[in-house]
Amino acid sequence: MHRLAEEFFNWSVIREMFPGLLTEAVKNTVLLTVASFIGGVALGLLLALMRISRAKALRWPAAVYIDLFRGLPLLLVIVFVGFGLPIGLGVQFPNEPFTPGVLALSMVYSAYIAESIRAGIEAVPRGQMEAARSLGMPYRMAMRRVIVPQALRIVVPPLTNELLALFKDTSLLAVLGTRAGGKEITKYARDFVNGVGNSSPLVAAGAAYLVITLPMLRLVAWLDRRSKAGAR
Amino acid sequence: MISVVGLRKSFSGVEVLRGIDLSVEAREVVGVIGPSGSGKSTLLRCINRLEEPTAGQVVVDGVEVTGPGVAIDKVRTTMGMVFQSFNLFPHKPALGNVTLALRRVLKVDSAEADDRARRMLERVGLAARADAFPAQLSGGQQQRVAIARALAMEPKVMLFDEVTSALDPELVGEVLGVMRDLAEGGMTMVVVTHEMGFAREVCDRVVFMDGGLIVEEGPPAELFAAPKEERTRSFLSKVL
Repeated sequence: MHRLAEEFFNWSVIREMFPGLLTEAVKNTVLLTVASFIGGVALGLLLALMRISRAKALRWPAAVYIDLFRGLPLLLVIVFVGFGLPIGLGVQFPNEPFTPGVLALSMVYSAYIAESIRAGIEAVPRGQMEAARSLGMPYRMAMRRVIVPQALRIVVPPLTNELLALFKDTSLLAVLGTRAGGKEITKYARDFVNGVGNSSPLVAAGAAYLVITLPMLRLVAWLDRRSKAGAR
Repeated sequence: MISVVGLRKSFSGVEVLRGIDLSVEAREVVGVIGPSGSGKSTLLRCINRLEEPTAGQVVVDGVEVTGPGVAIDKVRTTMGMVFQSFNLFPHKPALGNVTLALRRVLKVDSAEADDRARRMLERVGLAARADAFPAQLSGGQQQRVAIARALAMEPKVMLFDEVTSALDPELVGEVLGVMRDLAEGGMTMVVVTHEMGFAREVCDRVVFMDGGLIVEEGPPAELFAAPKEERTRSFLSKVL
């Protein structure tokens, strides 16, 4: 029992992780999450609009993209972008490993987000588009002013869920290596374990994730309840 | 004002309109009645091309709506449409519902659009509810906002698609009242309806449709009192 406490809940080891755990690790995790989410929503919205377009030339590439990236393991995409592209094509990303990490996460998450947004757009009643068109609005204007604003509201609960998953999945970027001051939570904790020969930093890392994910889980549940209650 | 010639419409092989000829004069109010599935709504929706006709010609105010390369969005601004299910924009208040197309389609500046929208809401008796969202309005109020929204575009023609069918009975009167005022004000109207009272009292002419065809048409006094066709008689005996 004492041995367990020593190995996993060693306060003197955990204390040493500060302030870096906050100023570096949590900060980088949050930055990676926000950047990837913005990229994912922007690309996801574009893919969703292409996916429901009447033009085959737009619909088809979007469908292929979405299926492809929903079908691939996230870790493989991260490794491919982070190592495969630089080795295979000699691509040199600026600000490594932040840029390839955000790129890989945005690419994969945009596929999931696109499906959520598409479901949101399709949940907007057909009559909304007809009413907008009957007033002389062109298709794009009707989408932008009438359909998408309503769809985004519908899509808030599922998107919050994606954000939560994305936040956790930034830990996979630990495989990309790092530069000074660039570690996210998992990499930071892992390297700390190597330094001190004690596993407590991993427990501290788990706690750092939970401090953010537990409130978000409650938020998702609340949003879900609210959107169901306020459906009309 | 409206001329429909040889209009046909099929949905995946099923012919819903089988050759419709109809003309509506300026300031005329035409009621379209008939059993459900007779093609009344489809006819209306073909006039502003919410449905693409399979064959035939529609001309509104001298513009061939069905013509090749017609600027359909522009043409639609000359035709107001009101739907059975209101279709107000739920994320905008009543005023915003009326101003949206004014500002974005007709490019009216926002002060002028607000002004015009308030006048329209006043006309349908809802000046006091300009800031209410659709969810805060009764069905009858929502439908009146929808009428104001269509009128604000200053259309030449108004198309009404069973606009009272989704309303509680006690709310039907307020909507029909607005439509009656509009008819008396000289608006050209095509009204698909199940309200036989309205058709009889307000319409200049009533068209009876069945099976995708116009079976009979005439002044309401004649059509209701002495229908010539057997199908019209049997329909009227069921609904009156």
